[in-house]
Amino acid sequence: MAITFKSVSYTYQPNTPFEFHALNEISTKIEDGSFTALIGHTGSGKSTFLQHLNALLKPTSGTVLIEDATITHETSNKNLKPLRKKVGIVFQFPEKQLFADTVKKDIAFGPENFGSTPEEAGKLAKKMIELVGLPVSLLDRSPFELSGGQMRRVAIAGVLAMQPNVLVLDEPTAGLDPSGRQEIMHLFTSLQQSQHFTIVLVTHQMEDVANYANHVIVMEHGKIVKEGRPREVFADVEWLHDKQLDVPASTEFAFEMVKRGFHFDKLPLTEQELADDIAAMFKRRRRSNE
Amino acid sequence: MNKLLFGRYIPQDSFVHHMDPRAKLVLSFLYVIVIFFANNWWIYLLMTVVALLSIWASKINFKLFVDGILPLIWIIAFTMLIQVLFGTGGHLYWQWGIFSVTSLGILNAAYIFVRFTLIILISTLLTLSTSPIQISDAIESLLKPLEKVHFPVYEVALMLSIALRFVPTLMDETESIMNAQRARGVDFGTGNIVQRIKKIIPILIPLFVSAFNRAEDLATAMEARGYQGGAGRTKYRLLKWGTRDTIATLIYLLMTVVVFALRFC
Repeated sequence: MAITFKSVSYTYQPNTPFEFHALNEISTKIEDGSFTALIGHTGSGKSTFLQHLNALLKPTSGTVLIEDATITHETSNKNLKPLRKKVGIVFQFPEKQLFADTVKKDIAFGPENFGSTPEEAGKLAKKMIELVGLPVSLLDRSPFELSGGQMRRVAIAGVLAMQPNVLVLDEPTAGLDPSGRQEIMHLFTSLQQSQHFTIVLVTHQMEDVANYANHVIVMEHGKIVKEGRPREVFADVEWLHDKQLDVPASTEFAFEMVKRGFHFDKLPLTEQELADDIAAMFKRRRRSNE
Repeated sequence: MNKLLFGRYIPQDSFVHHMDPRAKLVLSFLYVIVIFFANNWWIYLLMTVVALLSIWASKINFKLFVDGILPLIWIIAFTMLIQVLFGTGGHLYWQWGIFSVTSLGILNAAYIFVRFTLIILISTLLTLSTSPIQISDAIESLLKPLEKVHFPVYEVALMLSIALRFVPTLMDETESIMNAQRARGVDFGTGNIVQRIKKIIPILIPLFVSAFNRAEDLATAMEARGYQGGAGRTKYRLLKWGTRDTIATLIYLLMTVVVFALRFC
C-alpha cells in the first residue's frame, strides 16, 4: 500500500502565539512493500510526519494519499477508521498504552474495535503473542505484572493483531537491551519478508537503517533535506555530521581510514561489507608485493 | 484544548512581568472584590480604565484576552438572559407569566456583562504574565502566617508546584495515549453517552498507571538528592518587593478609595 505526500505542511496551534510549523511542504512517496527509514534530529518533525500516515493529523495544506483515500485539511473524521486498520502505528514507548486487565484482552482490543468477534480476536491474540516471542501462558496475566521488555512486546502484538498492511514504528527499540533490540528488529524484518508489509521506521540507530532499510528520508526543521537509498544518503559523511546525524559505525570507521589514505570504491555500510573490503585490500596488497 | 488560554504563561519583558507575584496575586484579588461594590457607570468606567492600563503595561497582545473571553461567552450570555427575563423594578416593558423585562433588569444584565468581562480580563492578565511556579511561590509566601496555627504551608506549596509542573506533562501524555488508542481503532467522539464513557477507560487507566510510576520515580529521585522534608531548607527563588510593586499597589488603592467614595458618598 503506497502512501504519497503532496506538498504537505502542518502547523500546530495556528494563529496563536504558540504557533509552530512542524512540517514544511513535504513531498515524498512511500512505495508498497518498501522499508523506509526516517531519520533526523530531535524536533525535526518525524513524529508529526508519522501521524499523517494514518490521518491522526490532517495536513494544514497539501494532500496525503493513503492508497486511494485522499486526506486534506477538509477530510472529515468520520470515515478514517478503515485507514487506521490498514496502517498500524507502534508509538514510542508503546507499553504506555496497555490498559486491559489481561494481556489477551489488550491484544484483542484493536481487532475488536475493527469488528472482529471476541472469539476471532482471542485466537488472533494467541497467534500474535507467539509471533512476538512470548509464552502463551502470559495471556491470562495482567499486563502490569510483566517486565518492561515483555510489556513492549505485548503492545507490539496489539498493533500487529490489527493485521495492518503498513507498519509504522516510532523508535521501537528505544530503551531495550542489545539482545532485545536485535530480536525486535529481526521480528519486523521477518514479518516484512513473509507477509510483504510496508514498514516505516523512525530510529536513531544508523546500523538498523543500514541493515534493513531500502529507502531513507532525512528530515530537518520540518523539511525533507535528503532522500534515497541508504548508500546514497550515507555516502556524504561530512554532510550528515553537519546535520548532527550519525553514520553506521562501519561507515565511520571506513571514513577514518579514508582520511588516513586508504581507498574504498564505495563506503561500506555494514560490518560484513567493511570486513570484505578490508580483506580485498589485503589480498591486493599481497599480490602487488609478490 | 488548543484554544484554551487559561493557565497559559506568555513570557515578555514588561512592567507587569517583572512585578512581585505576591503583589499581582493580591491586587487581582482586590480588583475582583472591589468590582462587586460597583453600582454605577462611573465606577465601571474607572475600573475598565485601570484594567486596560494594566493590560497595556503587560505588553501582551489584546487579541489574546479577547480569545480568553470567547469560550466563556455562553455563560455570560446565559446569566444576562436570566437577569433580563426575571428582573424586577423600574419601567416595565413586557410581561408574560413569571417572565418580565424591565429597565432595571436590562441595566443589571449590562452590569453583569461588564463585571464578568473585567474579572476575566484581570485573571487572564494574572495567569498570562505570571509563570505557575511564581504563583505557587506567591501563595506559599502569602500563606506563611498560617504556620502559627500548624497549617502545613510548605507541604501545600510543594504539592502545588509539583502539580503545576506536571500539568503540561500529563496533557502531553494524555494526547499521546489518545493517539495510540485511536491508531488501535478507538473512535472518540462517536456513539451514545454510555459508549463514550467506556471509551475513556483505555485513556484513564494508562494515565493513572503512569502517574503512579512517575510519583514513585520522582519520590526516589528527590530522596536520592537529599530531600528530607521542609524543615531547614533554603530557597533558590527569592521574592523581592520593588518600586514597581509599590506603584501598582498605590494605583489600585487609589482606585479602591475612589470606588468607595463614588459608591457610598
